[in-house]
Amino acid sequence: MPIEALDRTSLPGLRVRGRNVIALVLAPEFPISAWFAALDRQISNVPGFFADRPVVVDLAAILEGAPESALVILEGLESRDLRLVGVEGVDPVRLEATPWRRLASILNGRDISLEGRAQSRRRDLATPAPSLLIDGPVRSGQSVVFEAGDVTVVGAVASGAEVIAGGSIHIYGALRGRALAGLKSGAEARIFCRALEAEMIGIDRLYRTAEHWGPPLHGRPAQVRCDRDALKLSPLV
Amino acid sequence: MSTVMVVTSGKGGVGKTTSSAALGAALAQAGQNVVVVDFDVGLRNLDLVMGAERRVVFDLVNVIQGDAKLPQALIRDKRLETLSLLPASQTRDKDALTEAGVARVIAELRERFDWIVCDSPAGIEKGATLAMRFADLAVVVTNPEVSSVRDSDRIIGLLDSKTVRAEAGDPLPKHLLLTRYDSARASRGEMMKVADVLEILAIPLLGTVVETPDVLTASNLGCPVTLHNPNSPAARAYAQAARRLLGHDHFVGRQQVRRGGIMSRLFGKRRAAA
Repeated sequence: MPIEALDRTSLPGLRVRGRNVIALVLAPEFPISAWFAALDRQISNVPGFFADRPVVVDLAAILEGAPESALVILEGLESRDLRLVGVEGVDPVRLEATPWRRLASILNGRDISLEGRAQSRRRDLATPAPSLLIDGPVRSGQSVVFEAGDVTVVGAVASGAEVIAGGSIHIYGALRGRALAGLKSGAEARIFCRALEAEMIGIDRLYRTAEHWGPPLHGRPAQVRCDRDALKLSPLV
Repeated sequence: MSTVMVVTSGKGGVGKTTSSAALGAALAQAGQNVVVVDFDVGLRNLDLVMGAERRVVFDLVNVIQGDAKLPQALIRDKRLETLSLLPASQTRDKDALTEAGVARVIAELRERFDWIVCDSPAGIEKGATLAMRFADLAVVVTNPEVSSVRDSDRIIGLLDSKTVRAEAGDPLPKHLLLTRYDSARASRGEMMKVADVLEILAIPLLGTVVETPDVLTASNLGCPVTLHNPNSPAARAYAQAARRLLGHDHFVGRQQVRRGGIMSRLFGKRRAAA
């Protein structure tokens, strides 16, 4: 039946819902070959890191120097099976007639994220940030994602589980899985746990896997924070 | 008041079927009316372990699809009058199970039995999720090694989210049954200790079944170990687990394990029973 023949009222109502998703932002830097080598090392060290996660590429740093390298970078990222959902810091006109043209024009996440971050820094102390309390262990295979603020877990985070928070992460138990903090608050977020046995920890855009910290910290109460663009792990006494 | 108990683990080969048969028989020996249901459609084993493989005519899938009535598919144990088996189909696969069909069969079994023991297949797919779906109680079978413990942790997460009870906001009681345990190897550090497993899984301990040749012998003879050799350490552990399930015996709490009390408790009781 042609569409025109349908009575307008018989068409189903269209339901549209809003959804926030968390994308990882990659900002390539010069020299590009070294940057890709570092990316490959990350991917081989933590194979699941990018798995099925949306990725946004920030090309601002690249385009100031060599605008023609944008296509090389985007091709390089796609060949590594990253799920590109957006390109930032580039004029959509420049990507005209490439497969990434729409990626550049649909996302304007940059302003929103900057705004969110500025707001969180200026946060009025009288109105505390929202927090999420998990009153029990986070089991293997479970993923706790709370973009709005801090996450507190009263129990352990199992191997194969992950906790992702907009702010800090507090774990009153052993951290054996992954904890990624500071998606919204940035470098001021911290991770606390009663026993550090994690597979991976991350704050803001920095992360480390278990092999980066030695036996002295393993199994001990610890805190993780950002210090001058590096993750700093220290025992909690 | 009937109880639906799922015996599950995530990982294969840890002793779900052996434990289902042994716990089912132990509950039946304690006077309960018990049915053990094999949910491992396509890879049925429970009939072998219970020595009923030559008596299977109709199975769970036949009942779900309406080809047979429930009493036609139930096989009563020849040794224990109060123990029955509902076998799985060997020629079908897990897609033959439907949630509505399983719900109907479980409801029918509830009218006839005190205990419905659901022997779950390995994995976290349809067979395993339907075996746990209507449970009132879960027994998580775990071996003292890291992959089994992590898989059990995953299953506990599913028990807390995918069961009818959990969806209604009523937390499902979960008990740990540690099998193939060797205390000598654990004390030498070659195997995880009971306390290590409890620390990770954080659920109460129903029992510790030591690694013993009796279990394999009993399985090969098609007789639950609690019936075959009631005095073997494994049979006693299952019998004690059954008493705990019936509320006749206390659970071993985490603190007691930390104090190193578990072995003396278990062995002390065992001596008292002997």
